[in-house]
Parts: sequence; C-alpha cells; structure tokens
Amino acid sequence: MADEIVLLSTWPSMFGMRVRVALAEKGLKYEYREEDLRNKSPLLLMMNPVHKKIPVLIHNGKPISESMIIVEYIDEVWNHKSPLLPTDPYQRAQARFWADYVDKKLYDIGKKIIWSTKGEEQETGKKELIECLKLLEGELGDNPYFGGENFGFVDVSLVTFSCWFHTYESYGNFSIETECPKLVAWTKRCLEKESVSSSLADPHKIHDFASGVRKRLGIE
Amino acid sequence: MGEEVKLIGSIQSLFSFRIEWALKLKGVEYEYIKEDVRNKSPLIFKYNPVHKKVPVLVHGGKSLPESLVILEYIDETWKNCPLLPEDPSQRAMARFWAKYADEKCLIAVWQAYMAEGEEKEKAMGPALESLAFLEKEIKGKKFFGGEKIGFLDLAVGWIPHWLNVLEEVGSMKLLDAEKFPSLHEWAENFIQISPIKECIPPREELVSYFHSALIYLRSLSANKP
Repeated sequence: MADEIVLLSTWPSMFGMRVRVALAEKGLKYEYREEDLRNKSPLLLMMNPVHKKIPVLIHNGKPISESMIIVEYIDEVWNHKSPLLPTDPYQRAQARFWADYVDKKLYDIGKKIIWSTKGEEQETGKKELIECLKLLEGELGDNPYFGGENFGFVDVSLVTFSCWFHTYESYGNFSIETECPKLVAWTKRCLEKESVSSSLADPHKIHDFASGVRKRLGIE
Repeated sequence: MGEEVKLIGSIQSLFSFRIEWALKLKGVEYEYIKEDVRNKSPLIFKYNPVHKKVPVLVHGGKSLPESLVILEYIDETWKNCPLLPEDPSQRAMARFWAKYADEKCLIAVWQAYMAEGEEKEKAMGPALESLAFLEKEIKGKKFFGGEKIGFLDLAVGWIPHWLNVLEEVGSMKLLDAEKFPSLHEWAENFIQISPIKECIPPREELVSYFHSALIYLRSLSANKP
C-alpha cells in the first residue's frame, strides 16, 4: 500500500525544514503544502488543534505534530534506511538530550537578536547564542557529525538553524564562523548531503524574509 | 544489566518522582541521592553541568538528565512493563502530550499560582484550557496508557499531588471534578496504583516549599524595575 504523506509547513521555518531533511534522508515522496501563518488553512487547524502550528506531518490521514517528534516518528516507521537515532539506549538518550537542548534554547535566543528593538536584549541574545553554539561545538568534538560517523538526530535538529545564521550575524553584528569555526565547518559538511541542501532555505532569502517581517513590525 | 543505578532527585521535584515511579514499576533497584533544590550540591553541577537540575539518572557511571529523556532510556533499557506503546503513531502521541503537559499545562498552572489579584483570574484561563485538552485525551480511558499506566501517566503524574498543593498555596481551583470529570477520575485512580501509592511526596513538605517559593518569586517580581 502506497503511503500518503503530506507536510504542512512554511518555507522559512527551521522546524519544518527538519521534517523535510528527515523525509529526504529516508527517500520518501510527499506532498508539500505551504501555509500562510496569517491565514491558517482549515486543514492545519483541524490537524493541529492544540497548537495550530507548523510543521504537521499527515501520514495516511493521521497527523503528527512537533518537529522532533515527527522526525522520531519518521525514523521509527521507515527504519529500513538511514537510521537517524543510534541503537544503543544511552546514545539514543544523549541524542534526545541534545536535540531537546537545541529546541529549548536556539529559537528563543535567536528571536532576541532578530526581533528585538532593545539593544541590550540583542546583546544578551548574541552572547547567549555564542555560548550555546560553543557548547554544541564542544559536543560535536572531532566527529564529522553529532551522530558520530553518520548524520543523525541531533544533526537534523540543528542544521536547519544554519540557514538563519547569516540573519543572526547581520542583525547581531558578529561572525558565527569566527566564534565557532568547527560548527560552521560541520554545517558545510552537512550541506554536501542532498537531503540537507535540498531542504534548507537560501540564507539570503531568509534574511530578506526577516527584513520584511521587521519592517511590518516597525522595527526596521 | 547488573550495573549500579543511582537517582539524584529531590522530594519537592515532580520531575524526580516520575523517574522513581518508572524505576519502581520496572523493579529496578537504585540508590536515591537526595538533593535540596534550594541548596544545590556540587554533585548536581558535576552530573548535569548543562541545566544544573534534578533529576539525573546515573547508570553504570554514565549520567543522564532531563526527565522525559530519562523515562525513554529506562523504557529502552529495562524492557519489562513497557511504558511506551509499540505503535509509532501512538508513541508520537504519548510524546506529544507529555511535551504539551510540561511546556504548556505545567507552565500555565505555575503562572496562575504566581499571579495575584485581578491577574490571577486571567492567568487561570490558559491553565484551564490546557486541562480541557487533557480531559479530552483521557475521556473513555482508565489511564492515558490504556488499561495500565504508561509514559504519559507518569509524565502528568504531578496532577494529583502537586496541582492540588499549587491550588491551595496559589489560592485557586483548577481541577474541578465537575468541569473535568474524566481527568479527576484518572487522578483518583492513578494515586491508588502501586508503586505510585507508596511513593508520594509528604504533603506538608510540598506546601511549605511552594509557600516559601511563592513569597520569594513574588518579591522578585516586585523588585523588578
């Protein structure tokens, strides 16, 4: 029976991109539907009534929400190819821990840099971002990927933020490559993978998008 | 599997209790190391340098923080008495609701507990809304895990005791038996099950802790510019 897979997302969302990367890793065909967050579709509201957010994966009519929960679901269902989580329980737990860390920290810190009107908050955001990325860089160590030799769960959780780095750098007035060279090398390594390069948005388009939102909010 | 298991936890922490319940359900022997959240020991900084919080599970010398991550680790390591269902979409749902309960419900309850005066009524809104979602989820089931308690029951296991204390100390009523009959019934059933029944925090301890926490937190916001 052919699987019917639909992904509701928005093109700049680093959370939606995570699902795209996972689906591409597994070589899955799916229907992509772009949502307008200022005019959410009845399908989105029906499939994610709790949060009314993207991304939502609809697999044979059943919705799954929350990006890393979706990624884990994809990994469990299509377990024949490109495993994203390791088999050892402790390593799996470590992967979940770091993906959770990315989730808890990066987005909110990034918001301070891009959407804030207060210089002090922006400075704080910049410091916190560098601190987080350095911690993650330490966790990567000398491995090619967070998953070790292979691209994995934590790589998926973090790599999609990389297309927002240029925007953070531009508004925060700093260079992530100067602060975290190994991490930036890792992003370039990930982008060599088709699943990543075909799923991430163009950093300059992200910057234009952010600029548009800032103008609309009256902060640019 | 003969490796030593230690749990660094505290009796005020609802997150710690989840782990104790899981370990006891699976019949895993462990050493409990008591932390005082108001006065953290060097142990916590050593075993959880990133978040500096309880609980932390230490298994064969390897440490693991973050309660929901620990629960999944326990479920994968000790396969008896499974906490998560086998079906991937049901597993995703259990994870979704556990995350929701921690990130929305608990936070909303906390905000309502801290709020004062006119703000309290307003703050209770999101808390009630989140309880309504959980009510819908438990309707028609004995436990969130079905006939037996599972991952999600442990994740929302703070409701029977901690919510009750937060309601008292925070002068509010959230889990109304008339408004949320299924959730209320689940709470009553949950605390009757072994090992939950034998492993609950002393109420006076929780009341005293949340009472002093409230005074402290309110004084912090009063001093904010």
